[in-house]
Amino acid sequence: MNKKLTLAAVFATGLSFTSVNAGTLDDVKARGSVNCGVSTGLAGFSQKDEKGEWSGLDVDVCRAVAAATLGDSSKVKFKPLTAKERFTALASGEIDMLSRNTTWTHTRDTSLGINFAGTNYYDGASFMVMKNLGVKSAKELDGANACIQAGTSTELAIADYFRENKMSYKAVTFDTSDQTRAGFESGRCDFLTSDGSQLAALRIGLANPGNAIILPEVISKEPLGPVVRQGDDQWFNIVKWSLNAMIEAEEQGVTAANAADKKANGNPANKRLLGAEGELGANLGLSADWAYQIVTQVGNYSESFERNVGTGSPLKLERGLNASWRNGGILYAPAMR
Amino acid sequence: MFNEKTIEEVKSANRKASSDATSTAFYNNPRIRGLFYQVALVAGLLYFFVTVIGNTLDNMEATGIKTGFAFLDAAAGYDVLMSLISFESTDTYARIFVVGFLNTILVSVIGIFFATLFGFIFGVAYFSHNWLIRKLAVVYVEIFRNIPLLLQVFFWYFAVLSSLPSARQSLSLGEAVFLNVRGLYFPKLVGGDLAWVVWTVLALAIGGVFYLRRWAKKRQEITGEQFPVLKASLALIIFAPLMAAALTGFPFTVDYPALKGFNYFGGVTVIPELMALSIALSVYTGAFIAEAVRAGIQSIPRGQTEAARSLGLRENKIMSLIIVPQAMRVIVPLLNSEYQSLVKNSTLAAAIGYPDLFNVFVGTALNQTGQAIETIFMTIIVYFIVNMVISFLMNRFNSAVSLVSR
Repeated sequence: MNKKLTLAAVFATGLSFTSVNAGTLDDVKARGSVNCGVSTGLAGFSQKDEKGEWSGLDVDVCRAVAAATLGDSSKVKFKPLTAKERFTALASGEIDMLSRNTTWTHTRDTSLGINFAGTNYYDGASFMVMKNLGVKSAKELDGANACIQAGTSTELAIADYFRENKMSYKAVTFDTSDQTRAGFESGRCDFLTSDGSQLAALRIGLANPGNAIILPEVISKEPLGPVVRQGDDQWFNIVKWSLNAMIEAEEQGVTAANAADKKANGNPANKRLLGAEGELGANLGLSADWAYQIVTQVGNYSESFERNVGTGSPLKLERGLNASWRNGGILYAPAMR
Repeated sequence: MFNEKTIEEVKSANRKASSDATSTAFYNNPRIRGLFYQVALVAGLLYFFVTVIGNTLDNMEATGIKTGFAFLDAAAGYDVLMSLISFESTDTYARIFVVGFLNTILVSVIGIFFATLFGFIFGVAYFSHNWLIRKLAVVYVEIFRNIPLLLQVFFWYFAVLSSLPSARQSLSLGEAVFLNVRGLYFPKLVGGDLAWVVWTVLALAIGGVFYLRRWAKKRQEITGEQFPVLKASLALIIFAPLMAAALTGFPFTVDYPALKGFNYFGGVTVIPELMALSIALSVYTGAFIAEAVRAGIQSIPRGQTEAARSLGLRENKIMSLIIVPQAMRVIVPLLNSEYQSLVKNSTLAAAIGYPDLFNVFVGTALNQTGQAIETIFMTIIVYFIVNMVISFLMNRFNSAVSLVSR
């Protein structure tokens, strides 16, 4: 009887405890890996090759965080998530961070219990149509069917755009981007709408990419970036500054190849970034060479961009807005000091 | 062992005797004790739920997640593919909820109707004297019962309906009915000023059919004479409204679907998502119902058939008058759970983008608002209530067909 009472008491007290947000950094260190939510497969951003290795611009942010916190960019467990699953997976603690071409919106930032740790790709929603449709502008799409991925900010952007232009459309929504593309290819819809970068990725996945064109209109702002849970500021800072370290490294001209040299012989800014001087790493609760690990293992932003979505990739995207502010873009890291 | 038992029995008998004779302490009274434990259990459960819900709310507030049902009044901001009531992107999440609910009901009703039809056809066909028909029933059941439903949904959607021609090369039937990859389009009757007369006559004709059935049954019980109910009913339902239409000068115009720009407009559109899901649900559940029907028929002793034959009844009369009414007692409880499964399985709509409740509310609305607990709670309640209603109706039906002992 006593035993039973004790059990009941333990049970009851256990219930009245509220769970607290444990330090994500401690969890990551204890686990020895970063759990990172990525897309179910999007060329250039997060895709898996035949060996099961993930690569892409979004994947590199996960790898940068793993390099900064664990000193090894390969210590990432990737969780492929659909657009609908992503925030729930983050809120439930299934993943430590989300890096899945996610648009930074006011509503998401303020009501989902999440924080956007920056922007790693400035994008905008656009339209892709089959060439033989003979459409040259989005304004000619009145009465057409749209293939959209469910649960995205594009779903909202396109509703606004058509209402603003007093046109009608039918929204055919799919769960994953692959299904969306399949719907577009089968002719279920006249056009596919998504962020410009995704359209480029989906287009090269078509049976015959030459048949499809991307219309010139960009109908919305879609700043894409990594996301963390609210309530753990240290982890928020780590993800934010891991991304900024990549951007800053490009600004300073630090690359994977010359990082060791710059660390020893570079200017004061190089030395501060790479951990030869200053307290940047310690302030984040990381080792002094955190950014050095990022740059040597993942590369700076430019290297990651060219490798995954730029000229060195099948997507061949222009830097455009995503060029460093020094080169006419809007990519700008806060001061590293 | 025997001895112990006897001692226990004696003891309990003694206890009973003493409690009857003298008043024991109230805490030894089995009734009060029982009540105490029940109250304690209920209190414990209440405490459990209050703590869990309180904890959840606290944690959500601590992590900055919005709670409450205020989001229902906010504009949804996205569009829905198909809606039985008018819907625009400026309408609220509450309206999205209703839109999704109606779409779920629509696909469930269509699914239940055709599943029952397929189930009874193939269930009875199993007993056919024709080898081909009998084997066809077996093949149908074995194929569709043994393949996962999601796979069947994908098959109908991505393999069958997606390979239909594009909108500009639609298959057409007399330039009135069109079928293409975007759906099935057929003409719609648009009623004019006097159309209400025709609809009223149609309603009266349907009511008349019920009256006719009762009258024919009564007459047969009294006189033994049969009346051709089916033929008379069909004639009534077809000719009465036709005559009414002729007298009022056909107050209808036909709205034909026509290709304008990208799509067919006008008439009635059945989207391929609805077709694929309805076909998959009814074919899959139909296979289970066919088995239920077969079980019901096999539960009737062979003597019933033989007795009916010796009375000189024809084979189809034996089935419809003797076997099926008795088999219904076995079939109906099974039907109940098949119908409930069908409603629950309709949530597979999310896989192909049919805008049912689960898809538009737990899918998109949850994602846009982030209010997982509220949206999932509301959706659970709906499926719970719908299935309770099905259960209630089927139980009513079951008691109507069950054996009445006189």
